[in-house]
Amino acid sequence: MVQPLAYLKETASQTAGPYVHIGLSPHQAGFDIFQNNFDNNLVGATTPGTQIIIEGRVFDGSGHPVRDALLEIWQANADGRYNHPGDRQKTGSVDPHFRGWGRACTDFDAGVYRFYTIKPGSVMGREGRKMAPHISFWIVSRGINMGLNTRMYFADEQDANAKDPVLSGIELKKRRDTLIAKPSQKDGKTVYTFDIVLQGEGETVFFDI
Amino acid sequence: MDDLASHASRPVSVKPGANPYPELFRRDYTAQPPAHAPIYKTSVLRSPRNALLSIDHTISETTGPVFGHNELGLLDNDLILNYAKTGEPIGPRIIVHGHVLDESGRGLPNTLVEFWQANAGGRYRHKNDTYLAPIDPNFGGCGRALTDENGYYYFRTIRPGPYPWRNYVNSWRPAHIHFSLFGNAFAQRLITQMYFEGDPLVKICPIINTIPDKDAIDRLIAPLDLNASTPDDSMAYRFDMVLRGRRSTLFENRLEGN
Ligand SMILES: [Fe+3]
Repeated sequence: MVQPLAYLKETASQTAGPYVHIGLSPHQAGFDIFQNNFDNNLVGATTPGTQIIIEGRVFDGSGHPVRDALLEIWQANADGRYNHPGDRQKTGSVDPHFRGWGRACTDFDAGVYRFYTIKPGSVMGREGRKMAPHISFWIVSRGINMGLNTRMYFADEQDANAKDPVLSGIELKKRRDTLIAKPSQKDGKTVYTFDIVLQGEGETVFFDI
Repeated sequence: MDDLASHASRPVSVKPGANPYPELFRRDYTAQPPAHAPIYKTSVLRSPRNALLSIDHTISETTGPVFGHNELGLLDNDLILNYAKTGEPIGPRIIVHGHVLDESGRGLPNTLVEFWQANAGGRYRHKNDTYLAPIDPNFGGCGRALTDENGYYYFRTIRPGPYPWRNYVNSWRPAHIHFSLFGNAFAQRLITQMYFEGDPLVKICPIINTIPDKDAIDRLIAPLDLNASTPDDSMAYRFDMVLRGRRSTLFENRLEGN
């Protein structure tokens, strides 16, 4: 016998279920209850950086949009700084008014989600290798037993993307494209389209983080 | 099953100058449900076919959103009162409380815990829920709390009822409360469900049985905790939850990459 290594085990995940909106986005469930709701708008009018919209759909293995998904994003500010004490980068500054986190649901009709945010700056990765601007995504829904993690990159950052340590770690080059959102102009705003494919043809690269 | 309460918490080992938010433990999937679990039919089309790609942690994973007590309303952790319109909701009054820890046994302070549930009849206040049990006009069914400086949370609610769902013909979910947890890193993000001691539906629930490990299932079942109940008012259930741990940086030969 040896001494036990007394680590605890992470609590088991369970699906968020079809009614995830009640707890995390009550407006979408159809009622109002909290004074402060967490939502899909990360910015104010004066948030430094380029204001952007991210929108897309989540598709299941039969190609149908998932209309009860919930997505969260986590990102750095325009300076590439996270609003968290674990970010000890020496460059740029933290904007106390920019949390860098948001939550959106796909709508019950078309299955579209949308975030209002700013384009993040580059963040330092491991061993001094800069990462291309990116946004971390976390996706849950009915039928997803454990939240799925992925990253969104920007199509207009080709050079930075080519050097990004995470993107270049994806063996099949074609699969890298599943993480790259393309910009377009809509009503004078820059919209990045980022569809997520849970399964099958064009399946998004998901990470074990 | 692990005895959470008796687990001695160990000190954080932080070398002077080291990042106080180091990388997280690798996720232990042996106690987690696989993405593709045919007994839970909806998972069949909503599970990736490719293996997850393991990536080394960067600050994109080791940091996460910070929430403040000022963001929550006074009644956010009181589901008996936070949607009361004409009176109080119907059903057994309960208190749910517990400790949010990491895998090293350390309490996680100031972490956002969100919860939602059906009413006593098993009906959700949700556009898409059409179960014939009535909506309770005084019950919203959601709330949230931030853990205190030691990682404890509590809230008050009505014990939820079981409800039917489409999986097999005649499938019933055991009574449960959904939980959403943040921790202090985006890589700790977790959604789970709490079940109640003694519920015969737990054993036969396909969603619970997606979890391959019996002990991991047991850890989702909250015991009755009479010591925390309010006499003549509410029974209590204790539900502790564990998020991923952080690696201890005992020796660090390499300089941090920033
Ligand atoms: Fe439920």
